[in-house]
Amino acid sequence: MAKHDTPLLDQLESGPWPSFVSDIKRQAEKNPDCWDILGQLELSYTDKITHWKHGGIVGVFGYGGGIVGRYSDVPKRFPGVEHFHTVRVNQPSSKYYSTENLRGICDLWEKHGSGMTNMHGSTGDIILLGCRTEELEPFFYDLTHVLGQDLGGSGSNLRTPANCLGQSRCEWSCYDTEEVCYHLTMHYQDEIHRPAFPYKFKFKFSGCANDCVAAIARSDVAVIGTWRDDIRIDQAAVKEYIAGNIVSNGGAHADGDWGAFDIQKEVIALCPTDCMWMEGDKLKIDNSECTRCMHCINVMPRALRPGAHQGASVCVGAKAPILDGAQFATLIVPFMELSKDNEFENLIEFIEGIWDWWMEVGKNRERVGETMQRVGLPTFIKVMGLEPIPQHVREPRSNPYVFWQDEEVPGGFERDVVEFRKKHAA
Amino acid sequence: MGYDPANPMVDRITDIGPHYYADFHPPVIAKNKGKWLYHEITQAGVLMHKSETGDECWTVRVGAARLISIEHIREICEIADAHCGGFLRFTTRNNIEFMVDSKDKVQPLLDDLASRGTKFPVGGTGAGVTNIVHTQGWVHCHTPATDASGVVKAVMDELFDYFTSMKLPAQVRIALACCLNMCGAVHASDIAILGVHRKPPMIDHTRITGVCELPLAIASCPLGAVKPAKAEIDGKEIKTVKVNVDRCMFCGNCYTMCPAMPLADPDGDGIAILVGGKVSNAKSAPKFSKLVIPFLPNTPPRWPETVAAIKNILETYAKDAKKYERVGEWAERIGWEKFFEKCNIPFTIKSIDDYRLAYDTWRTTTQFKYTNHIK
Repeated sequence: MAKHDTPLLDQLESGPWPSFVSDIKRQAEKNPDCWDILGQLELSYTDKITHWKHGGIVGVFGYGGGIVGRYSDVPKRFPGVEHFHTVRVNQPSSKYYSTENLRGICDLWEKHGSGMTNMHGSTGDIILLGCRTEELEPFFYDLTHVLGQDLGGSGSNLRTPANCLGQSRCEWSCYDTEEVCYHLTMHYQDEIHRPAFPYKFKFKFSGCANDCVAAIARSDVAVIGTWRDDIRIDQAAVKEYIAGNIVSNGGAHADGDWGAFDIQKEVIALCPTDCMWMEGDKLKIDNSECTRCMHCINVMPRALRPGAHQGASVCVGAKAPILDGAQFATLIVPFMELSKDNEFENLIEFIEGIWDWWMEVGKNRERVGETMQRVGLPTFIKVMGLEPIPQHVREPRSNPYVFWQDEEVPGGFERDVVEFRKKHAA
Repeated sequence: MGYDPANPMVDRITDIGPHYYADFHPPVIAKNKGKWLYHEITQAGVLMHKSETGDECWTVRVGAARLISIEHIREICEIADAHCGGFLRFTTRNNIEFMVDSKDKVQPLLDDLASRGTKFPVGGTGAGVTNIVHTQGWVHCHTPATDASGVVKAVMDELFDYFTSMKLPAQVRIALACCLNMCGAVHASDIAILGVHRKPPMIDHTRITGVCELPLAIASCPLGAVKPAKAEIDGKEIKTVKVNVDRCMFCGNCYTMCPAMPLADPDGDGIAILVGGKVSNAKSAPKFSKLVIPFLPNTPPRWPETVAAIKNILETYAKDAKKYERVGEWAERIGWEKFFEKCNIPFTIKSIDDYRLAYDTWRTTTQFKYTNHIK
């Protein structure tokens, strides 16, 4: 039986999209505390404002992250959500699950929490919503002992890394995203669980430039798959596309009225570098001009495949707008080979080069992209010990304000004004 | 056995990380990892991946509310046990993917999903609207300027036809963040729904001493609007802060640092709409979303103004854009002045940037189009 009247929320039970209101009611039949989620949310719908207090530091012994404290500001009316802490559980790479494992998580959350979840949080974790403080340690004990799983990150630490599903089910992935993600997650358990950074730090791993985990938009280190050699062409399949025997773009436009496939209009003319053309019935690509954007491969997946010499571009410093404005990640390493054979030591060395510097110079709550802005990209490139290359910039600077160094100028900066005056009267 | 509160460190296990991913691969995935040749979307919500071994993985993509109960997850498990050998996955955009290893197993799965009411909508592939990534909103967050789950439900109900079909010029990614912190990273979405505050923070002088480190609160303001001040509480002078409201841009960063500076407000808060962002590098480089509607009110439970605004932009784009053109690519081709004219969205001074790097967005060419903005 419903504990509170929720006339506003009840209006979100109709319509074709799955209703979170119906779902919370379903859970409330099992755990009556969930009626208070609906009761407090209904109050927010009436008042048009949140009823959660600011913060509250809670956690499990030895960890500085993984739990986010949350308390109701109307606990007397809604005692079931008086404490409503969030637990972040590190998701498995690529978010595959066995039902056995998912049921295990459900059973633990039934025992210790509200039974409501987010599958998943924006960063990637399994988010378990609503737990009392006294249940946190027992939950953590069961999570580690029964399921053999661990918490993710929160606060000024390495946040839970995430990846696109990569080679597990995608023909375009240029490296094993889920293995890199898992390996680095295990390698950096201390950095995930114990905040020691100026601010949050995120890794995301996408297998190709389509970037299905939005790495370039939201991660401090974005590892995005690419290749060095030539796009692999199956000319027989090209002919089949032209003949209309294979549906273009993998069938992604099937319900629109776009007419017959036109390789000139849909592929060649849309190539951002103009590096493709037809010679007779053969598709030609000047691969030295290609920037590997993925468009032609997206449109003709059975005819075109990424090259076979594969690796990743590594970009640094993306973030959402708070505070200085949104930033995309800046291309720093154009091509890096990623191999389990060396346990990704080149990527690890690169990451730790950033951390050693950022932990020294980064200000409190300054993302590494903001530190890069503050000190300038030239300084960052020098710190990382890299050669400056034109790929680091969209265009060269248009002002002449170069910070020349003393040693770069013959004779240095020290001069004698007395000597100068002997030749130049004031 | 189990946790012993008297001896919390006994048998303690830490830093074991997530479960090893490969244990959760369905057999067809485990066998064909790294061997996939191509894929095809055979109908909205159904993908077929072909391996060089000849194997096929058929995936049925299903929308979910993101905010889901363990009862719902158990039902998902029941479906995966019945059809998928006990495996499934979730996508970055909160969809569920049920995978089977042959075509003849797809229809029984689709029939089962359809028999369960509105809980498991199939779609979210190709040139359509897939699931909205979003944040917590009023259901769980302390800083939101709007709800998340309710707005998303209202928008997806209205755009449902675009979730279950692939008739748009390109994929359209919609995202919602309930405040400027943007836990949902909406700054690179085709259409972004963003909760915004419009009133400066209040100062709770009675609480500030206990809960706030004043230098951090002062340093948190990107525009230097938070200054040290003194106030009298119970006849005693205390150190506190004041806010230069002319400088405040309502980012809420001070409240994040100082709980004694709340800024949420029923009338002040609402939604801004930004459009034209993208993450993918395909064709054009990634783009930020641009602010086109500075404010729409919070009107729970169904936010009709926000829903109408998004539907209008989506359908204007659908009618006018070329095949493969993302919303931002369309707006840049026709010009932003044409975007405002075609969408019949009033252009206001609030869409002109006056923050850092603003100059990059000012027009420094004589090339423009004559639209109804030029009187």
